[in-house]
Amino acid sequence: MTSRSRQAIEWRHSRQCRAADVRTFYGETLNSPLMLGTSQYPSPALLRDAVRESGASVVTVSLRRESGAGQDFWALVKQLGVRLLPNTAGCHTAREAVTTAHMARELFETDWIKLEVIGHTDTLQPDPFGLLEAARILNDDGFKVFPYTTDDLVLAERLADVGCGVLMPWAAPIGTGLGISNRYALRTLRAQLPDVTLVVDAGLGVPSHAAAVMEMGFDAVLLNTAVAKAGDPVAMARAFALAAQAGAIAHQADPMEPRDMAVPSTPVIGRAWLS
Amino acid sequence: MTIQFNGDVRDVYAANLHALLQELGLAGARLATAVNGRFVPATARHDFPIASGDRVEALAPMQGG
Repeated sequence: MTSRSRQAIEWRHSRQCRAADVRTFYGETLNSPLMLGTSQYPSPALLRDAVRESGASVVTVSLRRESGAGQDFWALVKQLGVRLLPNTAGCHTAREAVTTAHMARELFETDWIKLEVIGHTDTLQPDPFGLLEAARILNDDGFKVFPYTTDDLVLAERLADVGCGVLMPWAAPIGTGLGISNRYALRTLRAQLPDVTLVVDAGLGVPSHAAAVMEMGFDAVLLNTAVAKAGDPVAMARAFALAAQAGAIAHQADPMEPRDMAVPSTPVIGRAWLS
Repeated sequence: MTIQFNGDVRDVYAANLHALLQELGLAGARLATAVNGRFVPATARHDFPIASGDRVEALAPMQGG
């Protein structure tokens, strides 16, 4: 058994020990809380090695005009043997996103769709109105929708109301690597939506960011740039996997509450009188 | 007739979407198609007519985040 297999089993075992906390991904349990994007790697070989080294359970993919490279990429992702989560990246209207989702369902043979409807070019902030409209249509069309959203609680509730069982709030804008921008908002999302599977999607830069959100009770993390643009993407993929698993196990282990005053950890009783 | 295929203006002869992909050498490629902004499933390409001025998109798998 590889070390990564042991880690996956340990993570699953930890989740099973606290069955009440286990949230699924539209009925499916994943072997790892890490999802990886497939873009921006220095080479296809490094992408393949990073995915394998991380033990990621899901990779995100996209679709673009046929230029010849797509057929080779399809052969590569099939070899990875992981769940595919196609996205609607680049869509700015609900109509574009819905059409792209239908094309992705046929192309990748999955009804999972990472729904992106971008509302602002510089920040890549989702358009909440278009996102909600597209999510409603796609849920009605039988998709299993993973909407990329902000940390806005009301929007999250509306997305859940139209049938989204998984939400993907950002930690920070896509590709920034800034980590958690609004800890209060993420903590509120987790507390107010206890039955919704929450994946922190964007803005994670280093493994400690992944550990931090998993410690808060999120169900998975999705990242791309932080791994693909690292000096050693394969090693960074493994580091993120370990961090995400550590954070998940720590959450299940029920962390202590912070205290303002120091409390000695060594027993005071029995201390020698040596002064 | 003249159409737009993946953003490029092309002169083609094909009468339906399936024949168009054959004419452009894409018959065996893994693609998803849309015409004038609407998804056309692979099973419907034979019966989907192509007319002058149509905007045809043929999308392939690609890296994504």
